[in-house]
Amino acid sequence: MNTFWKKSNSGEAHIEVRDVTMAFGDFILMSGLDFTINRGDVFIIMGGSGSGKSTLLQHLIGLRNPATGDILYDGKSFIGANDRDRKTIISKFGVMYQSGALWSSLNLAENVALPLEQFTRFNKRQIRSIVSFKLALVGLSGFEEFYPSEISGGMAKRAGVARALALDPEVLYLDEPSAGLDPLSARRMDELILELSESLGMTIVVVTHELDSIFMIANNSVFLDAKTRRQKATGDPRELRDHSEDKDIRNFLSRGEFLAKK
Amino acid sequence: MITRKKSSDKPSLKRPIDVIRDDDGTIIVKLGSGWEERDPTRCLRDATTILDTANPSDEVIFEDAGLDREDTIVISLVTDLIQVARQRNLKVQTNTLPDSMRKLIDLALAVPRHEASGAIRDSFLVFLGKEAVVIARASREFIEFLGELIICIFKFFTGQAQFRRRDFWVTLQQCGAGALPIVSLLSLLTGMILGFVGAMQLRKFGATIYMTDLVGLAMAREMGCLMTGIIMSGRTGAAFAAQIGSMNVNQEVDALETLGISPVEFLVLPRTIALVLMMPLLTMYADVLGWIGAFLVALPMGINPAEFWLQLVDSMEMGQINFGLFKSVFFGVVVATAGCYYGLKSGRSSAAVGTATTKAVVAGITWIVVVDALFAVLFELL
Repeated sequence: MNTFWKKSNSGEAHIEVRDVTMAFGDFILMSGLDFTINRGDVFIIMGGSGSGKSTLLQHLIGLRNPATGDILYDGKSFIGANDRDRKTIISKFGVMYQSGALWSSLNLAENVALPLEQFTRFNKRQIRSIVSFKLALVGLSGFEEFYPSEISGGMAKRAGVARALALDPEVLYLDEPSAGLDPLSARRMDELILELSESLGMTIVVVTHELDSIFMIANNSVFLDAKTRRQKATGDPRELRDHSEDKDIRNFLSRGEFLAKK
Repeated sequence: MITRKKSSDKPSLKRPIDVIRDDDGTIIVKLGSGWEERDPTRCLRDATTILDTANPSDEVIFEDAGLDREDTIVISLVTDLIQVARQRNLKVQTNTLPDSMRKLIDLALAVPRHEASGAIRDSFLVFLGKEAVVIARASREFIEFLGELIICIFKFFTGQAQFRRRDFWVTLQQCGAGALPIVSLLSLLTGMILGFVGAMQLRKFGATIYMTDLVGLAMAREMGCLMTGIIMSGRTGAAFAAQIGSMNVNQEVDALETLGISPVEFLVLPRTIALVLMMPLLTMYADVLGWIGAFLVALPMGINPAEFWLQLVDSMEMGQINFGLFKSVFFGVVVATAGCYYGLKSGRSSAAVGTATTKAVVAGITWIVVVDALFAVLFELL
């Protein structure tokens, strides 16, 4: 188990993406991806639909391998790692999938408990108390016995976050955490992300195009461009909105206002 | 039916669309009424022909000449014509069209058409090559899957395998006790049919009693395990493929993988072991029910129960029964691997889960019969 580490946004590189090309067979989805996510960042992967945001996430968590290039965690290669090193790296991150991806044959408590049962030596009672705490953290206290089919899509997403948090990961990956949530739940989700980042110093990587969320939580980002199939910019999204020289980015980040003004 | 707008101030046309060509090369497309009564593509054809003969940089003017219904048919035709005109580099003027119509046309033309990149048809050789690569890759994947499963089975026997015990017990119950009713019915009927057919033939020689030997052997050696295998393929193999396939659709399999839990170990192993454990038991049960079926047919044919029993015991060797049970273990492996493999490889849509289920059942049944044939040959050789 990871201990609570102190909050640090020291500019220390945590995840490095080095000249990665993503491809499906012969079709090159994105090339020349090259950016660094620092420890403690809330990092946004953004871009229009079809630009490969979710695919990039799948590469970062090891579900797909890049056609070329490397991904490094704490300076160690993830792509070239042997099985044991790979498992060690994987055990340090938590992932929330777009739809929650809760295991449908298990209830919420069992869903959150499964990683704990598999990877820790806690006894049943300890696990139960950790599970209730994580569920309470996402506002699902009292839903322990519910099955994924019995709760709403937004609740499934939050339960997905609780499960991703089960092992106190160093990196938390969130795939469209607030898409499809009502405005208040979406705000709660944003606050949760900020809270996790501030109190635990977690590195959080979020795939989203909800502008409100982006400006509220992010301090770093990469912008993927579907047209040129390359990354277009990296940096603080607020900076990009106000000062980027690229009008597509300013346009994206201002919901078209920039172009409309001209 | 359709309320027509009064358009006395506008010149009304006889045809819904009229294309006029001026002396200076300007093409005027007049749009009138009566669209719903004509075949729109015919109306369009004339206009397209004229547009096709126009010189580049000629002007095309669309004119409202008594449009009475701004429905999407007219709008889609006009949009098509504008696209044709633009391809020919003609200048397009739509000023006189109604505002609402113009806005919709602008909206439709705002985003340029997406050109499909892979639309070229492959030649036969290229197609053949691509198929071969696909088949090679699929074989490789299947071999990798089998390899992983075998490693997991070793882990299981050394007690290192990670899966939820409850999954195992639930599967055990589903493919064991849960399958009893259907296995009972089908085995009983199989026994009765075999008994009846056998008895009808043997009666001609006055040897009706030997139907007992026939059914006894047939059930023990072949039909018991074959019927059970086929039933389990349709019942349990399909269920495995559907369960794991829909977990795949919902990214639940991904969620396992990013936790460092092998889906083969966690999902496939308990199912395979449960099915392999249950298959011999079900087969034994099917054998017995088949014999009972034969007995039910034998009674009205004048064979008395004691005779039947003695004949059956006399004809049966333990080796015959064991052979059937032995094969059933392999059938269990075939059904479980087919179901789980196609489930894990299923695409990410509900249609793909259906395809995966079908493939699992077809592959399961096919391989059961192939394996059975192989065993028959092996048995002859040894």
